[in-house]
Amino acid sequence: MTLDFTAILARWQMLLDGLALTVQLAAVTTLTGFLIGTLCAIARRSDVSALRWVASVYIEAIRNTPFLVQIFVVYFGLSSLGFSFSAVTVAIIALTINVGAYTAEIMRAGFDAIHPGQWEAGECLGLSRTQTYWHVALRPAMERVYPSLTSQFILLMLASSVTSQISAEELTAAANFIQSETYRPFETYIVVALIYLALSLAMRVVFWAFGLAVFPRRRRLGTNL
Amino acid sequence: MSVVVLKNVKKSFGSLPVLHGVSFAVAKGEVLALIGASGSGKSTALRCIDRLEIVDSGEIEVCGHMVHDPGLDLRRLRLDVGIVFQSYNLFPHLTIKENVTLAPRSVKKLDRRAADEIAMQSLQKVGLAEKADNYPEQLSGGQQQRAAIARSLAMEPKVMLFDEVTSALDPKLTGEVLKVIEALAASGMTMIMVTHEMGFARRVADQVVFMHEGLVHEAGSADILTNPSTPELREFVSNDL
Amino acid sequence: MNTAINSGHLVFLLNGAMWTLVLSLLAFAGGGLGGFVVALGRTSPIKVLRILSSAYVQLIQGTPLLVILFLTFFGLPTLGFSITPLFAAALSLTIYVSAYLGEIWRGCIESVPKAQWEAAECLALSRVQRMFKVILPQAVRIATPPTVGFSVQIIKNTSLASVVGFVELARAGQLINNSIFEPFAIYMIVALLYFCLCFPVSALSKRLERTGAARLRTLKAASA
Repeated sequence: MTLDFTAILARWQMLLDGLALTVQLAAVTTLTGFLIGTLCAIARRSDVSALRWVASVYIEAIRNTPFLVQIFVVYFGLSSLGFSFSAVTVAIIALTINVGAYTAEIMRAGFDAIHPGQWEAGECLGLSRTQTYWHVALRPAMERVYPSLTSQFILLMLASSVTSQISAEELTAAANFIQSETYRPFETYIVVALIYLALSLAMRVVFWAFGLAVFPRRRRLGTNL
Repeated sequence: MSVVVLKNVKKSFGSLPVLHGVSFAVAKGEVLALIGASGSGKSTALRCIDRLEIVDSGEIEVCGHMVHDPGLDLRRLRLDVGIVFQSYNLFPHLTIKENVTLAPRSVKKLDRRAADEIAMQSLQKVGLAEKADNYPEQLSGGQQQRAAIARSLAMEPKVMLFDEVTSALDPKLTGEVLKVIEALAASGMTMIMVTHEMGFARRVADQVVFMHEGLVHEAGSADILTNPSTPELREFVSNDL
Repeated sequence: MNTAINSGHLVFLLNGAMWTLVLSLLAFAGGGLGGFVVALGRTSPIKVLRILSSAYVQLIQGTPLLVILFLTFFGLPTLGFSITPLFAAALSLTIYVSAYLGEIWRGCIESVPKAQWEAAECLALSRVQRMFKVILPQAVRIATPPTVGFSVQIIKNTSLASVVGFVELARAGQLINNSIFEPFAIYMIVALLYFCLCFPVSALSKRLERTGAARLRTLKAASA
């Protein structure tokens, strides 16, 4: 048999729509996930044992269960509570909850790597705990774990393919639809795999550029912290 | 009138007693040198003054703040006290100027221009104005330590604490840092410094406190370094020569 | 219609969990083998092998496992191969795991201190001897904690096999749900069962990491 991509490429509009949603899911949940993850990392390091405990339970529960099951729990959990959100909203919530737990562990390692003298110096200058986290610890911690963060958020983008299972019309869902129409599954998934590959490379570039913007010291000196 | 007073301060780390009842006082504009062998408790005493360690018993009063009081307003204490550490502890991701303006901007809520002005003044005092836009790692150890001093000065503290600030530096760099501290002393700043530099203590200190095994073993004017009355201080001073 | 979760359902779920483990082991065995080849390729002195293995890793790590699974399950039959859901799942997991484990193991091989290579060279060992007698035994120790850690990812990722109809734990949950429609309760139980499978492995990997970090330090110190 021969490969024939014409039927798939003819449906480029559908692929483009799917890609657009995948990009949106990845972009939004990278931000929300980073926020939740960083807050959980801080909670995990808190002096308040209840906060530490809640953060640990969340992190362990998420890291030890599959995303596919998490997304169903969120989907049916929300609807049993009487909420009826769109598939995209549920996808965003589930992806955020998921990546938040992984980001929390990464950022915790970053914060733990900050020398005690840095915290002390912030404290002695009269900065509050929050100000010390914000001005003194956050950027160096991020800079140290930036490669891990980059990989994690690329994994997040790839994991967004699973949201096709609750009918979020992202790239994989578009592929499923196209292959059922064209009976060309091999060609369809090859094309989609290449789009994902391009997207993950593009994300590397975006993270690299963002890194240049937020770590001016690194940009100017080119050295590691 | 005393700016810093310690009365019978005791402190243990776990089962290891470090301070057995330390008392001394520093008057406004005075320079106190805290000397002693390592493990004598001098750094712990200094850290207690800025509440980096919490005392087990005894009293510490700093600029009217009751430091031993659990209900102490920490931020107000830290506005009055500046501290410089042996390891500089500059923030590596900020330029020297950003290091210096951080606290004036976020604690004192000064606007950028006012904070920049104060920063440049303190950097001038330590002779680093031209390094304002460099990052800490681009500076020598001595320059980093001077930058750390400028960072404290920018908060206009009433008391400065120095914790072995030249111990990590070679003699040449030590000299440039000591010169800055000496100028600061001459300007009337109240200071407590933990130091191993006996010559410097002799020259600058109004009061010398020699600590030994967690107690003030001998105290007095800088003359005690030349004419010690206890055998322990005599031995300590002679080791230095 | 029976609307309560009964012990029969639990047995069905546990049976699914067993298949989750079987699939995980298949994926680990296949992916481990492939990963070893990838790691050797990535650290090979032959440039072509390095480029090929690196391209493979980039390609697989840039593609969702779900798409790899669809490609094998729906795609291979149109090319004339007939395959079962279990085979499709095991094959795609093998492909996926080999890229990630290969990359993890490359890092481990490269983190064996340089002095060890040089010492082995001075003893006039051949390159193959150096690799198998000196470097790999040390790399295996370094590799154990991250490999155990990645096993958790394998177990979790086997859940995607449910999408092509292989009855493992997640699919077992879906099937029960189809008959009694208690999705939230069922997926919570399914999640709990996954947790019971994964948490001990996670905990083990964390413990190994702690002791491993100490060992690596002494290793570095000894060869310094």
